[in-house]
Amino acid sequence: MKILQLNSITNFKFQTMKTMKNISFYALLSIAMIGCSDDDSAPEVINDEELITTVILTLTQESGDQVVLTTVDLDGDGPDEPVTTVVGNFTENTQYQGAVRFLNETETPAEEITEEVLEEADEHQVFYTTTDGLNIETQYEDEDSQGNPLGLQITLTTGAASQGSLTVTLRHEPVKPNDGLDSAGGETDIATSFDVTIE
Amino acid sequence: MRLFALLLLLCCSMQSYSQDCNNTLYGSLLDIHDGSVLTGATVIVAQTGVGVLTDLDGNFVISNLCSATYQLQISHPSCSTKAFSVLIKDDTQKTFKLEHHLESLNEIIVSGKKTNRATKSIYENLVDQQTITTFSSGSLGDALNSISGVSSLNTGNTVVKPMINGLHSSRVLIINNGVQMQDQEWGAEHAPSIDINAVGTLKVIKGAGALQYGGNAIGGVVIASAPKVPLLDSLYGKTILSGSSNGLGGTVSSSLTRSNQNGFYTAVQGSLKRYGDFNAPNYNLSNTGVFERNIAATIGFNRIDYGVEAYYSLFKNEIGILRASHIGGAEDQVQAIASPVPSIINDFTYNIDAPRQDVTHHLARIKGFKNIENIGLISLQYDYQQNNRLEFDVRRGSNKDKASVDLVLDTQTLTIDVASDISEKLTTKFGIVGSLQTNYANPETGVRRLIPDYDKYSIAGFASGNYDINQKWVLEAGFRFDYTHMNVFKFYRRSFWQDRGYDNQFSDLVVEEIGNQLLVNPKLDFYNPSFTIGSKYSFGLYKLFANYSLSSRAPNASEQFSEGLHHSASRIELGDLQFTSETAHKISLTLQKIGERVNFTITPFATKIDDFILIEPTGIRQTIRGNFQVWEYRQTQAQMYGLDLDANLSLTDNVRFVHQFSLVKGYDKTSNEPLISMPAANTLNSLVYTNPNFNNISIAIQSNYVFRQNEFPNTNFEVVLPDSIQTVDISTPPSGYHLLNLNITAAIRPDMQVGLYVNNLLNTSYRNYLNRLRYYADDVGRNITLQLKYNY
Repeated sequence: MKILQLNSITNFKFQTMKTMKNISFYALLSIAMIGCSDDDSAPEVINDEELITTVILTLTQESGDQVVLTTVDLDGDGPDEPVTTVVGNFTENTQYQGAVRFLNETETPAEEITEEVLEEADEHQVFYTTTDGLNIETQYEDEDSQGNPLGLQITLTTGAASQGSLTVTLRHEPVKPNDGLDSAGGETDIATSFDVTIE
Repeated sequence: MRLFALLLLLCCSMQSYSQDCNNTLYGSLLDIHDGSVLTGATVIVAQTGVGVLTDLDGNFVISNLCSATYQLQISHPSCSTKAFSVLIKDDTQKTFKLEHHLESLNEIIVSGKKTNRATKSIYENLVDQQTITTFSSGSLGDALNSISGVSSLNTGNTVVKPMINGLHSSRVLIINNGVQMQDQEWGAEHAPSIDINAVGTLKVIKGAGALQYGGNAIGGVVIASAPKVPLLDSLYGKTILSGSSNGLGGTVSSSLTRSNQNGFYTAVQGSLKRYGDFNAPNYNLSNTGVFERNIAATIGFNRIDYGVEAYYSLFKNEIGILRASHIGGAEDQVQAIASPVPSIINDFTYNIDAPRQDVTHHLARIKGFKNIENIGLISLQYDYQQNNRLEFDVRRGSNKDKASVDLVLDTQTLTIDVASDISEKLTTKFGIVGSLQTNYANPETGVRRLIPDYDKYSIAGFASGNYDINQKWVLEAGFRFDYTHMNVFKFYRRSFWQDRGYDNQFSDLVVEEIGNQLLVNPKLDFYNPSFTIGSKYSFGLYKLFANYSLSSRAPNASEQFSEGLHHSASRIELGDLQFTSETAHKISLTLQKIGERVNFTITPFATKIDDFILIEPTGIRQTIRGNFQVWEYRQTQAQMYGLDLDANLSLTDNVRFVHQFSLVKGYDKTSNEPLISMPAANTLNSLVYTNPNFNNISIAIQSNYVFRQNEFPNTNFEVVLPDSIQTVDISTPPSGYHLLNLNITAAIRPDMQVGLYVNNLLNTSYRNYLNRLRYYADDVGRNITLQLKYNY
């Protein structure tokens, strides 16, 4: 270990000290005063930008008849429950072209989140699952740049008359490709179920 | 004068004994206090001017001495220089002792006059410099974890939040160089913004006994102080380099201090820490890297009777949060818990992506003191802190690189206090503390505010004193009163405002209605008295500390205003605008023995907390994103008790056994359920071999057994999935675990120390109940750290 002798600062004497004390006192006082300036201005409102309030799944058969499934939850994770509506019933043994839309309706005009999902197709996937007994098969009709399914466009094929629920799940950053919802991982952005009937 | 005498002596001796000059002096040099060897000391023979250095074992040899009395001047960097006279007749062997003691400047800490203790009736746990060095590549929380009764609430392995006897967040005050840290301590995943490498000593006071620091320390106070600057002309410093196998990264820390005998001193310190993804024994923990940068500078002047010091530090830390922990609602939770491995495992990388935290903390402080006769030591301190917390979530579209949380907390505090010696036996201290705090949530985030904008004004006064009744008894008492005013602007969702019934109770607070949100302006006042009384009784080798403290804490912004989805916990958290202050009563006892071979302290305690604020699950909320569990803050009566035990047994001169045991039990007395997130009992046992004569080597093998937490509230819930109903088991604690650690340090040169630290030697897979990411991944596996410390 070595010690360097420092004598240069020994000249730092009493006088300097007094000045320093004065300076520091005034510095302190002024900082304290700046700090006390009070502004009572109200903050700006924030509407969650990525919020998805609305899911609309439209299923159209060749004849033009439609089944429209809608979920709306305007307060996001607030206490109000999402409102689900099902317009129309499915027809037995019929093929439907399906298209799903995601909207943020807290903004005017409503923001089309579907476009963002499409732009980032590699990082998203929509899954369609049904409860046992509901005779519905779905097939992906679109894919991302890697050739993996995306799910904004589907074909839905009904079987014999039955009832059950159809769930639409949008996952952000799932493992792609995957064997379905259970192994996909990622973060659920949408999970909404509809009670549907095939007649 | 002395030199003159020496010269005179020299002349005489030279004349009378010039005939026989073949003698050798074999000397060894020890520290007078602990008998440790002093290496690198300079020994000068006054008569001849011959100088030698003591070797690694503190030994030195001077040959060709005559049979005479010689004067030796021995100096050592950390001791006062001393002169010895030795009578040489033939070959002589002699041991010299120096006082390893500096007239330290001390941190200008107010109580630093007579003693550095913040309380007299509570046993204070210390972490010394040597131990802190071993945590150079870790964090403050890791170092504190080495104290019995101190555990931590972790988020992964890099966010380590200290917990004292089961209490954390706003119930634990952290004092950094005399400044109470205001770094958004309310969040469970917010670690203290302190660089462990800037800390000289670390002290923990369990409970609220140290009223000068705050009356709200229901858990306790952590006091981190910079190393003391000696009152000598010197330029010194050290550099610590560490490299670790887990995380494939390292830490560089360097400090340089210039001190002067006239009292003027400057010091700079900086450190840099960079790690990539850490590893669990069986997989990579993706996105768990860390990048920390710190710098601190001090300039001061101390004239014993008066002095000033200015200090500035910048702490910046970027921390990756395990990618697999960022999930959606209950459905995702079911899968994450069921899966034995994290859902996302990527290759090792140094990149830190979302989710991540980026915290910047500035701390500037100026303080001065003056000793005025008949009044006492008057100290004045002003400090300014700014804490900016950015949290990045996995986002979509144009928001991708935008923070989801961007909070800026500015705090200014002015403290004035007077410490007086009223008589030989009675010392007192009075003080006033005023502070102003502003929280600003940046609206650019595009995410509703987690913590609302607020201004907080507080003023406190305290008085404490201690009285030495006699040699054996010391009495201590203190009182403090805090007044806090909060002016808050918060946007509530209309649905929540109505759901809570606030529309009936607080309609007058509504300032504006915008869409489905209401701007509300609560103005809240809190009055918090606190009080402590205690004594210390010394008898023989024993000391008995006894203390009662009453402390009270105003609810924090998170407890009052949380309202929405907490991403990192994947749950909806709801605060309550109507909360009152928590009041705690704590009794603690410590029996300490300082013996020759056996040292121990045993500290039982009991705490009763009225209006204890806790968060617990209350239901499931259905949202368009699926189901989320709702956790609501609630006030209740809580009771906690426990025991901390430390023992140190010297088996031989070189081998000692160190034992630690901590136990804490906490109950909610309203629901008669155990409190959530209480640390499990744990025991630490080490066998330490040290040999000062062999490169000052120290080998420690440490066993750490953490029991399973068997007492926990059942917070499991059921979730309806498309094809089934599943129970989400979020409450069952993981199994107990045992870890082995190995620490070896040795001085390869007097100024250079090498350390080899192996944590989790057996690469055990385990999960820690107090790690918030325990649902998603195992804790870190084996980590080998090689460290080089160089003093100059």
